[in-house]
Amino acid sequence: MVATRGFVGRQPSSRDPRLPPGQYDAGDEWPVLHAEATPSIDTANWTFTIDGLVDTPTSWTWDEIHALEPDRYEGAIHCVTTWSKFGMTFDGVSIDTLLEITGVRDDAAYVMARSHTGYTTNLPIEDVVDGRAWVVWDVNGAPLDDIHGGPARLLVPHLYFWKSAKWVSGLKFMAEDEQGFWERNGYHDHGDPWLEQRYQGD
Amino acid sequence: MASRSSWQTAVVAAIGPETSHAKTFRLRLTEPRTHRPGQFYVVRLTAPDGYHAQRDYSVASSPGGDDIELTVEMLPDGEVSGFLHNVVEVGDVLEVRGPVGRFFSWDGATPILGLAGGSGVVPLMSMLRLARRANRPDLMRLVVSVRSPADLYYADEISGPETTVVYTRDAPAGSARPVGRLTAEDVRPLVESDREVYVCGSAGFCDGATKLLLEVGVDVQRIRISRWGPTS
Repeated sequence: MVATRGFVGRQPSSRDPRLPPGQYDAGDEWPVLHAEATPSIDTANWTFTIDGLVDTPTSWTWDEIHALEPDRYEGAIHCVTTWSKFGMTFDGVSIDTLLEITGVRDDAAYVMARSHTGYTTNLPIEDVVDGRAWVVWDVNGAPLDDIHGGPARLLVPHLYFWKSAKWVSGLKFMAEDEQGFWERNGYHDHGDPWLEQRYQGD
Repeated sequence: MASRSSWQTAVVAAIGPETSHAKTFRLRLTEPRTHRPGQFYVVRLTAPDGYHAQRDYSVASSPGGDDIELTVEMLPDGEVSGFLHNVVEVGDVLEVRGPVGRFFSWDGATPILGLAGGSGVVPLMSMLRLARRANRPDLMRLVVSVRSPADLYYADEISGPETTVVYTRDAPAGSARPVGRLTAEDVRPLVESDREVYVCGSAGFCDGATKLLLEVGVDVQRIRISRWGPTS
């Protein structure tokens, strides 16, 4: 890679080792990026469903999912549009807790997350188990706004944030990988920020 | 797929101002690629020690030709936009990849309505240029919302039968429309059932424009949005 004439960038002393390559710290701002109209979803009508290659396909209402063992993520999030945010706290339920109820069949290898808006995003199963993914409804102690995916979104913070589907409505477990919305539109199937897997071909 | 999105170098062939805060960079690609209006390129800057920063910029030019034009708004403390505005000169070499982003792109055949807030006009200008070049002004209706005449990009080119400019703070002398934010009455005459709608601008503009579109009866499935910026 050839250096750009005249570019020195942020000084090493001000670079944050918590930032993946090519990312900047958005500080107090939380940029918003989604391609559809922001919906307003009543928690009375909200459901979350796990289906596909699981032993017991299950749907939870808002009250039912809140009755499960709560879990919390504290840390960073990284958006493919190059902002990162540190010190975030999300409260919700671990996907592991939901999968203890549904079970997962041996032939399941991939997951398609879907939203109440029709948005989809695909993930390998390894990225949603073992304490790496959640359904969350509170951020920094307050309910998630509509614009950030409220009342509940998927949270997969070790991947670029488009994988953390806003307004999440369910996960389908699949034997073969299929592409979701942004993946069909040129974004990477995996999306690891530390490997800069932003676009197809990275 | 991989080759379409791999990095390449481009020579800066021209730089021109659009407004006091925006410049258009004409880039000559080493490997020219055809884009669809609405797509963007990624520009990557690399420091001698390997540190790099990259940002996405929409293509303003219409498809075809070896050059692309990217219009870049100078952001406060913008690491990449500031460098492009203040340091880059004609003849410099930049690393770019693209075109990227198929969702907010236009096929050049479906009739569309574009709603742009400020710098959000850039990808829609690529669409307008294509529609004009194809001699199909009927294909596109464009509404651009800006604070004042000084904030309008492509001012000497954008006017035409397709275009409505809405001024939110200061309007040119003699304007019939009072200054103010986009209203349902601004968009209602332009909405037709077979038109796809492309909305581009800040998060606040996009959410306001989407509400207006739903209010005048546009099906939510026909709206494509490209938004940026923080929430309030």
